[in-house]
Amino acid sequence: MGELPNNALLRWFDSRLPIFSYVNEHLVAYPAPRNLNYAWNFGSLAGLALALQIATGIVLAWHYIPHADLAFDSVEHIMRDVNYGWLLRYMHANGASFFFIVVYLHLFRGLYYGSYKAPREVLWWLGLIILLLMMATAFMGYVLPWGQMSFWGATVITNFFTAIPWIGQGVAEWLWGGFAVGHPTLVRFFSLHYLLPFVIAGFVFLHLWALHHRKSNNPLGIDYKGPQDFIPFHPYYTIKDAFGAGVFLIAFSLFLFYAPNYMGHPDNYIPADPLRTPPHIVPEWYFLPFYAILRAIPSKLGGVVAMAASIGVLFLLPWLDTSRVRSAVFRPVFKSFFWLLVVDVIVLGFVGANPPEGAWIHIGRVATAWYFLHFLILLPLIGWFEKPRPLPDSIARPVLAGTGAGRSAVLQAGEGRTGP
Amino acid sequence: MKTGSARTGALLAALLAAVAFAPPPALAAGEAARPPQKAWSWQGLFGGWDRAQLQRGLEIYTGQCISCHGLKYIRFRDLVEIGLSEEEAKALAAGWQVAGEPDEWGEPTFVPAKLENAFPPPYRNDAEARAVNNGALPPDLSLMVKARAGGADYIAALLSEPGYNAGLPDEAGLYPNPWFPGGNIAMAPPLYAGLLVDADGNEASTADMAADVSAFLAWTAEPKLEERKRLGLKVVLFLMVGTGLLYVCKRKIWAKVDH
Repeated sequence: MGELPNNALLRWFDSRLPIFSYVNEHLVAYPAPRNLNYAWNFGSLAGLALALQIATGIVLAWHYIPHADLAFDSVEHIMRDVNYGWLLRYMHANGASFFFIVVYLHLFRGLYYGSYKAPREVLWWLGLIILLLMMATAFMGYVLPWGQMSFWGATVITNFFTAIPWIGQGVAEWLWGGFAVGHPTLVRFFSLHYLLPFVIAGFVFLHLWALHHRKSNNPLGIDYKGPQDFIPFHPYYTIKDAFGAGVFLIAFSLFLFYAPNYMGHPDNYIPADPLRTPPHIVPEWYFLPFYAILRAIPSKLGGVVAMAASIGVLFLLPWLDTSRVRSAVFRPVFKSFFWLLVVDVIVLGFVGANPPEGAWIHIGRVATAWYFLHFLILLPLIGWFEKPRPLPDSIARPVLAGTGAGRSAVLQAGEGRTGP
Repeated sequence: MKTGSARTGALLAALLAAVAFAPPPALAAGEAARPPQKAWSWQGLFGGWDRAQLQRGLEIYTGQCISCHGLKYIRFRDLVEIGLSEEEAKALAAGWQVAGEPDEWGEPTFVPAKLENAFPPPYRNDAEARAVNNGALPPDLSLMVKARAGGADYIAALLSEPGYNAGLPDEAGLYPNPWFPGGNIAMAPPLYAGLLVDADGNEASTADMAADVSAFLAWTAEPKLEERKRLGLKVVLFLMVGTGLLYVCKRKIWAKVDH
């Protein structure tokens, strides 16, 4: 499908390094299903967020000082003395939150439309690995300003490793570079925080490779029957992604310029003090559901295992979901449980934000139990017992059937009321 | 699929809204009661500083707070931004002695502070600060408004609390103040009648002084606020027009295919 450029010089170059053919193959002529809805915008938005984080992060690193005595001051130096330093830092801090927002929406889109099912299991795993790398990167980035939440968040998280039997304490001390979180920890976190985004970029490449090999899933979740199911990526999805990027940037700008500290914690404007523990140590909002799962288990090792399992279980999803139908559009029971899961995760987020006292403990345990119940018990059972709605013959047929009965049938199927 | 994607979009938007407008973790974390919310000049899309208020706040800071609290991220030059002339800022700076270059014998020297100097710390070190403050360490105030849940509202509520301003310390030397975590604060009530007097000789009320110094500290915590909001307005308007055009293009391009 590689179309050579018209220019003779470019053709000469392309026959030696087929860069133009590749761009054509993967960004221009690349066949995309014709029925992707706006839920498919979050992949390109995640890519945009990663690019913004790397670009702002590189410039911030020119001015930031990874030193326990100077880091906090250097961040204020960026905020006050560096030209547009406040803009760079707020972009980077809010950019992390927006990166997680779009990645979580991307992930839930995959859950809703069964994008993890054959033949896209490896694509799904690569996405989960990217999520894990993002979590590590975001956590270490939050440590860098060396405020109270940086320090105590780092203390809480690195202490997870001491839960490992026998070798835990040794592993934790090796991570710290000492006997507690301190200057050596800060320096290595800075180094890794700079490294990991490029590792993420590498996995993004693999993610796209796997995607372009088996092509996108689509809202109907059915396989392709022929070229009539596709439209070229350019101009249809380039313009749609560009419009999505505009909406994303508006939402991002509203936080960035008008509520830049809304998603932060005031305690992180207090310099780190190893002798004073904040009354409530809370992670950034995007970790709160996992933090709630951690605290739901009344045992240190058990909590850490449950938290790891909450993401680990997603790796098994292609086999835990026993239904052969991908899209929730045709799975009425699955669809209801999907939205229950969304509510469950939001509840877990609120539990994570509140001190583990009173009712919050019970709510946290029920929500944690439901989370695992959903994936380990309900999903396999729903796949067996649910009677899916009839699937359309192809992506193209109902779409191209025009404005008549065929089209409205798919519309209704899309609405989840009646089958075609 | 138009209706289907609109519905999906609405659901995703609802999810995004649920995430974005959940109470921030700091406020959800069950602290003391929320301080009453005042209407500050810098709020809203077009909000900015009330420079007269910031200057009154500076006067309160230099007249009282400064004896115990540092302001290490503010340089005297920065005061020009709140409406002081360069001469006034210079004159204020000259009231402090700061370390100069060593003299020809290598002995340390002291010179009057200049515009590029930050407000000098009130104590040589934390030990001295604690020694003269009944064991308590008065924090630097530069970032105080951003470092406390409730921000300027919290500072204003704490400083203007009538019971606190009328009260006496307990046996431990602490002053009851319901806004302070734990309910007792080591700082003696700092605001008193006559601390701030206007040109006509009118004394400012405790509540007004508390508001003025809170506003001043909001500026010290976020001196680029006006620049941020001005740029934000341009960026958001640009993005809205651009995104609107992209949407029109998208509609036009997609009109050619059935989908």
